[in-house]
This record gives sequence, structure tokens and C-alpha cells, in this order.
Amino acid sequence: MLNNALTDLLTKMADDELIQGHRNSEWTGLGPMMEEDIAFSSMAQDKIGHALALYKVIQEQLGGTDPDQYAFCRAEKDFKCCHLVEMPNSGYDLSLMRHFLFDMAETVRYESFADSSFEPLQHLARKFKGELKYHTLHANAWVIQLGQAGEESYDRMQTALNETIALAAGIFEPSREFESLLTDEKVYPGETALYHRWLDRIYPVLVKSSLNLPDISSIQPAFGGRQGVHTPYLAPLLKEMGEVIHIDTKANW
Amino acid sequence: MTTLVSIAAVYKSLEKVMDPEIPVLNVLELGMITDVQVAEDGVHIAMIPTFAACPAVSYIQKNIRDQVNADLNIPVTVTVDKTVTWQSNRMTAEAKEKLQQFGIAPPRKLDSELTEEIFIETPCPHCGSKDTYLRSPFGSTLCRAIHYCKSCGQVFEHFKPLE
Repeated sequence: MLNNALTDLLTKMADDELIQGHRNSEWTGLGPMMEEDIAFSSMAQDKIGHALALYKVIQEQLGGTDPDQYAFCRAEKDFKCCHLVEMPNSGYDLSLMRHFLFDMAETVRYESFADSSFEPLQHLARKFKGELKYHTLHANAWVIQLGQAGEESYDRMQTALNETIALAAGIFEPSREFESLLTDEKVYPGETALYHRWLDRIYPVLVKSSLNLPDISSIQPAFGGRQGVHTPYLAPLLKEMGEVIHIDTKANW
Repeated sequence: MTTLVSIAAVYKSLEKVMDPEIPVLNVLELGMITDVQVAEDGVHIAMIPTFAACPAVSYIQKNIRDQVNADLNIPVTVTVDKTVTWQSNRMTAEAKEKLQQFGIAPPRKLDSELTEEIFIETPCPHCGSKDTYLRSPFGSTLCRAIHYCKSCGQVFEHFKPLE
């Protein structure tokens, strides 16, 4: 039972990393300036590397399958990523805001694993934490600068925040089946606790950016992703991601 | 009964395995080797990547295997150590000096958690000036950031400090 709960939790996290990583990689060659092109490409590499590390834990510690097969040969309904990461990149404003909200969420999540009862998570959390610092450093610097860079820039960042906040709140969709088991077993503090820690973490940066956090009590978090219910944007992305492996799923690289 | 090779001989051999992205540094100087054991069935070496998504890990593992095997003529296994995390403080003082000579600003020693301040006044590896600023925390590889030196007008790379 605990193994199923852990597999569920790690699959959500890994799928988020994989899909966000692919969205980041879509900026390769198209970034608004060279440094940003490199930044999103590097973050893509980090995210997909983190996804691989998590899929490996599922394979090696929890009786799962080969990471490549698991990442690319599952049906859409078996993916457990949140809706936030599925959204197309749209403009750079939206991409930056998503990057800010998502990486802060990852930061509080991995910090919470520092004393997890599931040891492989403790180790991964230590490793990812230092790397994530560079992601949040990048995100915070841009959100703060653009929030203060004049009327058009401010409007666009505020609009991006308004459009992504409910999606980002959807990261913290608790599992009906496994949530209490995971918290009882001290694997992690649970989604609701992480949600509040995340709000405490994003708020000071938004204040520095002069951006207004929309009234949290009035937003409807975009849940569903964790249960395999996805936006129309995921299926085409999975198809594109799997295009090469599906030519021959048994091929050796 | 086979003659066991000495641990020192293995380390000597490891000195020849260079990092593919920074060819002036070997795997020992970078602090990537966490354990060396000599047993009846061969040499067992444990290593760690600098960044989790480092694409060169299996390539480095192969280079270690090939080098130690060629030098000592015994079976070698190289595994990724899952109990130790790489931190930039693992890099030796000699390694930092060589990095500087190579044109990459070395990571400063981290005494506590990484903060934004670590990026301010990074000394330029070309002219030594501290009148520099961070252009991007991401560079040509995962372990490098890009800075600009206002004194000599050069863009330079910085090996990122990592907790």
C-alpha cells in the first residue's frame, strides 16, 4: 500500500518535471535574447534530469518499469502532471510567471523531503535543492525587474499572474486515496501544508515586484491532473515527445 | 590467488581521467570520486556527478573504467554513489587554481547557504578585476554562469557554487 502511495507521489512529481522540462525546451532557439535562450534550455536539462532521477527511484525502489518506457509509452490518462505545466508557452510573460510559481512550489516541496521517512527522497531533495536555487534566482530576478519596468511590463506580468494563479494552485491537489497515508508515514507534510508554505514564499517576491496576489480564497484551483484528467494541450505534447521512441520502442540507443 | 593492486595505484590512475567539459581538471580534483575499494574480484569505484542532469556521467564512468583497467589490468566497476551529494566545496584548491588559468572563475567557498551575494564581485579570471556583474546564472554547461567584466570588457564564465 505504501509503495503504491509513493509511486503515485513520485509519478506526479516526475511527470511535472518532464512536461515542464519539455515546455522549457521549446524556448531553445527562440528565446527573446541569448542569455534567456540558454537559461530556459539549461532549466529544461535540469528538469528532465530530475524527472529521470525520480523515474529511476520508481523503477529501482518501488518495482516500476524502465524510465524511458514509463516516460514515453504511457497513455495520457496515466500521466499525473498538473495543468499548469501542460499550458503552451504562449508569451514570455506567461512562461516567466509559470517558471516563478512552479519553481517556488518545487522548492518548498523538496525542502519538505529533507527529513522524509522515504530515504531516496531525502537524497534527491538534497541534490535538487542546490540546483533549484539557480532556477528561483533567475525567476525572482525577472519577476521583480519586469514588475517594476513600466506600465506595459507591469500590466503584462500582472495579467500573467492572474491567468496562472489558479493553475499553479492546482499543483497542490491532494490525493484522495493516499494523502493521509503519506502524511501519517511521515513521507512528507502533505499538499495543503505545502500550499501554505508556497504562498508564504511567493508573497514577498510579488510585493517586491509591486504585483498583486489575487484573492486566494476566491480562486478555484485547477485540479484534475493528478487523477489523469488533463487539458487538451497534453495529448499533442505527448505525441510530439514520443515521436522518435514510437518508431521503435525496443531500439537501443 | 591474485595479487591485489594498491589503493594508491588506483588513485594514481584516476589522476589521468579528465573531465570532458573541463579538460584541465581530473575527476579527483573535481571531488567526483567518493570511494575506492580493492577486492578479490577487481576494483570498485564510486563516483558522483556535479549536477543531477549532467549528460557526461556515463561517459565519465566509461573513461574511469577504461583508464584504470588499462593501467592496472584488472576488472573495474564504476557505480554512481547515491549517498553523497556533490558540492562545489569538494573541489580542491589546486583545481580552483587550474580553473582560473583555464579562463573560468572558480567557485568561492560556501560557508553557509547560497545567496545572491555570492555572484557579486566575482573576480575576472582574465584581469583580476572585481568590477564585474552576473549576466545569467546559466551558461554553456549546467555548472557554469555567465559574467561580464567592466574593466577589461570581456564576458567570462564562472563555475557555479553549489550547496
